Amino acid sequence: MAERSEKQDGAAAKPEAAREIAVARNIVGTPYRRVDGRAKVTGQTRFADDLSFPRMVHMRLVRSIVPHARIVSIDTSKAAAMPGVLAFLVGKDMPNTFGILPVSQDEHALCIDKVRFVGDPVVAIAALTDDQAYEASLAVRVEYESLETIATVEEAIATSEPRIHDYSDEGNIHKKVSMQFGELEEGFAEADEIFEDVLLFEGNTHLPMEQHATVAVPEDDGRITVWSSTQTPHYLHRSLAKVLELPASRIRVIACPNGGGFGGKSDPFNHEIAAAKMALRLGRPVKICLTREEVFYCHRGRHPVLMKLRTGFKRDGRMTAQHLQTALDGGAYGSYGVASTYYTGALQTVTYELPRYRFDSVRCFTNKPPCGPKRGHGTPQPRFGLEVHLDKVAVKLGIDPADIRLNNLVQPNTITANWLKVGSIGLKKCIEAVVAGSGWRERRGKLPHGRGLGLACGSYLSGAGLPIYWNHMPQSGVQLKLDRSGCVAAFCGQTEIGQGSDSVLAGIVAEVLGIELLDIRLCVADTDLTPVDLGSYSSRVTLMMGNAALQAAQRARELVARAVSEQLKVPQDRLVFAERRVFDSEDPSKGLSWPEACVCAESRFGTLGTTGSYIPPRSPGRYRGAGVGPSPAYSYSATVVEVEVDPETGLYRVEHVWMAHDVGKAINPVLVMGQIEGSVYMGLGEALMEEQVFRRLPKNRSNALVHKHPSMLEYKSPTFLEMPKVTSYIIEDPDPNGPFGAKEVGQGPLLPMMPAIANAIFDAVGVRVDQIPVHPHLVAKALEEKARGKEPRVGPRAFPSIDFGTPLRVPTPAEGGDGQAVNQDEAKVRTGTGTMTEREEALRGTKR
Amino acid sequence: MSSPVPPGTSVATLRVNGEERTVAFPTHHTLLEVLREELGLTGTKHGCELGECGTCTVLVDGKPVLSCLVLAVEAEGHAVETVEGLQQGNQLHPLQSAFADLGAAQCGYCTPGILMASKALLAENPAASREQIAVALSGNLCRCTGYQKILEAVEWAGRTLCGENAPPARECSFGAPLPEEVQRG
Amino acid sequence: MMRLPSFRFHRPQNLAEAARLLAASPQTTRLVAGGTDLWPNLKRRHQQAEDVVSLALVRELHGVERRADGSFAIGAMTTLSAVAADRPLAAEHPALSRAVRSISSPVLQNMGTLGGNLCLDTRCTYYNQNEEWRRSIGYCKKEVGETCWVAPGSPRCWAISASDSAPMLCALGASVRLVSASGERTIPLTALYQDDGIAYLTKRPDEILTQVFVPAAADRHSAFWKLRRRGSIDFGVLSVAGTIALDAQRRVRSAQLFLGCVASFPTPCTEAMESLQGQIFDEEHITRAAVLARKAASPLSNTDFLPQWRSKMVEPYTEAVLREIAGLPQQRLAPAHAF
Ligand SMILES: Cc1cc2nc3c(=O)[nH]c(=O)nc-3n(C[C@H](O)[C@H](O)[C@H](O)COP(=O)(O)OP(=O)(O)OC[C@H]3O[C@@H](n4cnc5c(N)ncnc54)[C@H](O)[C@@H]3O)c2cc1C
Ligand code: SF4
Ligand code: FES
Ligand code: FES
Repeated sequence: MAERSEKQDGAAAKPEAAREIAVARNIVGTPYRRVDGRAKVTGQTRFADDLSFPRMVHMRLVRSIVPHARIVSIDTSKAAAMPGVLAFLVGKDMPNTFGILPVSQDEHALCIDKVRFVGDPVVAIAALTDDQAYEASLAVRVEYESLETIATVEEAIATSEPRIHDYSDEGNIHKKVSMQFGELEEGFAEADEIFEDVLLFEGNTHLPMEQHATVAVPEDDGRITVWSSTQTPHYLHRSLAKVLELPASRIRVIACPNGGGFGGKSDPFNHEIAAAKMALRLGRPVKICLTREEVFYCHRGRHPVLMKLRTGFKRDGRMTAQHLQTALDGGAYGSYGVASTYYTGALQTVTYELPRYRFDSVRCFTNKPPCGPKRGHGTPQPRFGLEVHLDKVAVKLGIDPADIRLNNLVQPNTITANWLKVGSIGLKKCIEAVVAGSGWRERRGKLPHGRGLGLACGSYLSGAGLPIYWNHMPQSGVQLKLDRSGCVAAFCGQTEIGQGSDSVLAGIVAEVLGIELLDIRLCVADTDLTPVDLGSYSSRVTLMMGNAALQAAQRARELVARAVSEQLKVPQDRLVFAERRVFDSEDPSKGLSWPEACVCAESRFGTLGTTGSYIPPRSPGRYRGAGVGPSPAYSYSATVVEVEVDPETGLYRVEHVWMAHDVGKAINPVLVMGQIEGSVYMGLGEALMEEQVFRRLPKNRSNALVHKHPSMLEYKSPTFLEMPKVTSYIIEDPDPNGPFGAKEVGQGPLLPMMPAIANAIFDAVGVRVDQIPVHPHLVAKALEEKARGKEPRVGPRAFPSIDFGTPLRVPTPAEGGDGQAVNQDEAKVRTGTGTMTEREEALRGTKR
Repeated sequence: MSSPVPPGTSVATLRVNGEERTVAFPTHHTLLEVLREELGLTGTKHGCELGECGTCTVLVDGKPVLSCLVLAVEAEGHAVETVEGLQQGNQLHPLQSAFADLGAAQCGYCTPGILMASKALLAENPAASREQIAVALSGNLCRCTGYQKILEAVEWAGRTLCGENAPPARECSFGAPLPEEVQRG
Repeated sequence: MMRLPSFRFHRPQNLAEAARLLAASPQTTRLVAGGTDLWPNLKRRHQQAEDVVSLALVRELHGVERRADGSFAIGAMTTLSAVAADRPLAAEHPALSRAVRSISSPVLQNMGTLGGNLCLDTRCTYYNQNEEWRRSIGYCKKEVGETCWVAPGSPRCWAISASDSAPMLCALGASVRLVSASGERTIPLTALYQDDGIAYLTKRPDEILTQVFVPAAADRHSAFWKLRRRGSIDFGVLSVAGTIALDAQRRVRSAQLFLGCVASFPTPCTEAMESLQGQIFDEEHITRAAVLARKAASPLSNTDFLPQWRSKMVEPYTEAVLREIAGLPQQRLAPAHAF
């Protein structure tokens, strides 16, 4: 194998099995070696912390050790006298706020007058060596005046003062949302039975193996380059411009390949901005690499969500109406939180037909690291709720849990009750595959006590329909440069975070031009050199960048084809681009090699370059909040999980996972497999053990509110030994909106894992753990309840009582709606949603 | 070497990937720091620096160790191997090709450590079973791959080292074949 | 990057020199063996050292030796991998190999030593944290703080003895040799420990643990089970080590049962051991002993999982250990382990 692989090393070296197909079709659809594969196995890939520059110095942050306080004074005198120490920055050096969403610009690079959680950065120190910077950081003394600490959603709702931020919707409720699609009560009236469930999804974090790092390098005459482990160089670019008060054209952000992201590197971060500021102040390169503990403080991970579902069902298992309520613990800053809030409701309608739907939600501020987007952004929590809820209902109605899902499936090309446009949907096939593969029909409910099967489904976006800030520009752009060498340089702002986006970019361009991956040179994620791509989040890259790449490549092909057609006197439509040649389909011997074709085109047109851009189609929803949920295409997944549970101790093991995922079209199947398996893994971790939880010390003795275990050891991430056997099915239901029909795969397959495991435990031992993670001690507790003849369940009992006021009312497509709310202004005023100014405007509007 | 190593700075000759280099570094610096910061061998990564993740795994005298918990001075006189030393000339080690071909390196951050731990395992037992591979690598966390592709790649490389030409099953790259009833439906 | 503080580093080549270096200022000098406990603790700054003395070059501390009487002398610097891989030792005491192979991960076992494992600092989730984190709780009693955050009313520290070899070696009746500049002594391993999270060892700071002596198995059979979240990397939250000797009538001639990770020392299950003494080693007595074993443990909330559940788990785990020794089929789901 070594020689074989070696011969075409770096090119499309394919596992043997893929050979025939590789020949039949050039690249797309074949399992080709990742274009960054060789660098990653040789140690050549340069992550941010691997960079160093002449005269580079090191920076550390002093972070708050109190959860909520006013800063009284900062004493750096002792630290300043320590060896190697060069400079300090404090909050007032960077007074402008920033934040990922325009509606929550609530962060400072360093806290100015208030700290909001243990880990909030207060001082930045630069020193010649990292050791010196760290020793000095320990010598900085900050005096605080403590404020009351808010630790939970319940406390946030009950405590309106002190406010963690004064821009919140009310008190410590950051955001309140209430929307109703269709005549809900009519739906409940039609139901034969109404079911209710309250569930909890504990918070968890991304835990990328790479700790965030940034190197800022000042350059000629007031420009600066910032290298960073970021998933969103474009948004970082904007924040840097805002805080540093520099024209964006003077700032260059280069995203290094990320050593894992999962959403954890998609906000602009304090350390990135502070490093840039420090570099400008010192006039020399500044590096910071966070410790693992600090990575836990950056967080932006999964929101803890308490949720309540109330659903009307017909006896045959069809849904008539659903009321979903969610409460999110947002932590100390906005981050993506407003979007996360909407996401806990938005995708509830894209798998099963839900004719009428109401969604209420609050996101609260608490004195903990901010939550944000983690793989599945806001949707795994309600997905867990929905899939467990359905499982329970199926059992109660005596319907097979697979059938209750199959009977309710959303049809292709539908507009849902909340005005999302679903195109292709391969969910039926996904369910059938895992049902058949696992022997579900024969085995479910019939395995020996202690052994069980659970089923669940999920769906995710292939890119959010709207950018994070309002604009009409492309969400992804690709530029190609071709020349006489035959090399095609592809420029794109997209960021490689391990998902394989570099390989998709190169693969699509090579496919269209009929050339090899080695003919493509990539230049990516560089805000000075590459066209904007919004970043590696919301599973948007393959679809959006892929479409932009497709367009740029087709334009290049058109140019080359015109030139070659003129030279060879062959009609353009007879030209074939394959095997590094451009030739006549009727006489394949008549043609040019690819470099000759490029020479031909360059001679004919001069310097060659093309561009492609992508803007998603407009979604039909027109109501406030309709921006969250739309996507050009939805991916679907279904899973069956088999568990073994010890009915006495509650210890359990996941033995086998069957996962089917509708990816539209697998551009590179082996990378699709990797994403499926990786998602199964992360979902397994969330179900079994991962949790970002906090510890409050006895209130009479201490004010502390600390992360319970900000370490790799105590934040539990499964090892090789917990990983079950995974049987993956790639389902391809091509979507017209995707390049070659492709949809996402990076996040979707994670979603059904958690509910499937909870459902399997029920099948195994007849108890319900209505919360994630499903700790073995919770299973044991539920088993105890069962033994005592009580309800065999553990989980939350009630949803807090919150006045959601009048919901925004949006008639559904079936009711003849037009996608708009009928009471936009009234809802704003009555529910107190939206900003103060918006409410005032709305009030004026209503009066008018 | 029986006298105390002078405080502060050490000068040591380290043999890394068969090459000797004499370097000066703070005595309290670990092998991880010296490899990355003095020798420029940034292929070795770090994820916790407390012995909790396996990312920094290198070989010392052929055995995998966590370079974040070894003082560089204590590595003197021992053979250190890092990911940079895996390939022979421009030829990838079978582990490296297998990892690259199967996408067993996604973000690639855990990869150097896992490659080194795998190398030690296969050197001892190229025919290691899947269970043995899982155990040998169980101290190395990976957040991206779900470990499947890594297991397949190490198995593949092991077979290659045994002289077999036996790439992984088609299923590894294309997914399981759809059950018959689904294909029909 | 977590970095070590600076210190003076010494690499003596023989035991006498090591003992002399240590005797110079035992309070501010620390020994380092594999460093898998010391280095993280220094990086996190909850331990300090002005001088660190490495035992790496002290030849006489390395290796496993079988002695004429069938017992084993294991050098303190023998790595955990070497202990587990030593064939005569593994053949004689398979449960010891198992205990050693359950320590963290196979890679860490290449570094950690048996001596270091026996002297491992006690652990607590309020203590094994970074400096900045500990500042935010105002430290605790094991350091400079006033309060034990695990049991705020309590006068003592409850940090956990998390060594996996310790309970097993206690059950096997091991002893240890301690050497200092002023002399040496050999004591039973059980006497090395005391139930105090701060002063968890009876060893003086100037003493070096040089050898561990493990008597021959003879007619004794042992087993070791460990409960932890993951099959690798993790410390235990409970371990159960048992050694039983039977007479010809299958009556228990001696029973040794120790728990790990539930107190500040390897905890003897006194009542359970007594209950087995002289009894037929059958299911009934095993079940009774398992129930009694639970009494020995009162885990607190300073490691993974709920303490109530950990306490509950003593029973099935003790039962599993005793059943394994008795050759009875297991009823429990054995956790996935890297051994
Ligand atoms: C992620 C992780 C997981 C772990 N999991 C486990 C686990 O599951 N089970 C477990 O038991 N341990 C575990 N450990 C702890 C530790 O790695 C082992 O206990 C190891 O055996 C310690 O040995 P060492 O040689 O590395 O000790 P060192 O760190 O070198 O020493 C530990 C302590 O003992 C003292 N010491 C060392 N040798 C001697 C001697 N000869 N005489 C006197 N004092 C001495 C040192 O001064 C130091 O205070 C884990 C550690 C980590 C980082
Ligand atoms: S048990 Fe108490 S005193 Fe001991 S380390 Fe833990 S918190 Fe500190
Ligand atoms: S960096 Fe995590 S074990 Fe060394
Ligand atoms: S490939 Fe990303 S952590 Fe393993």
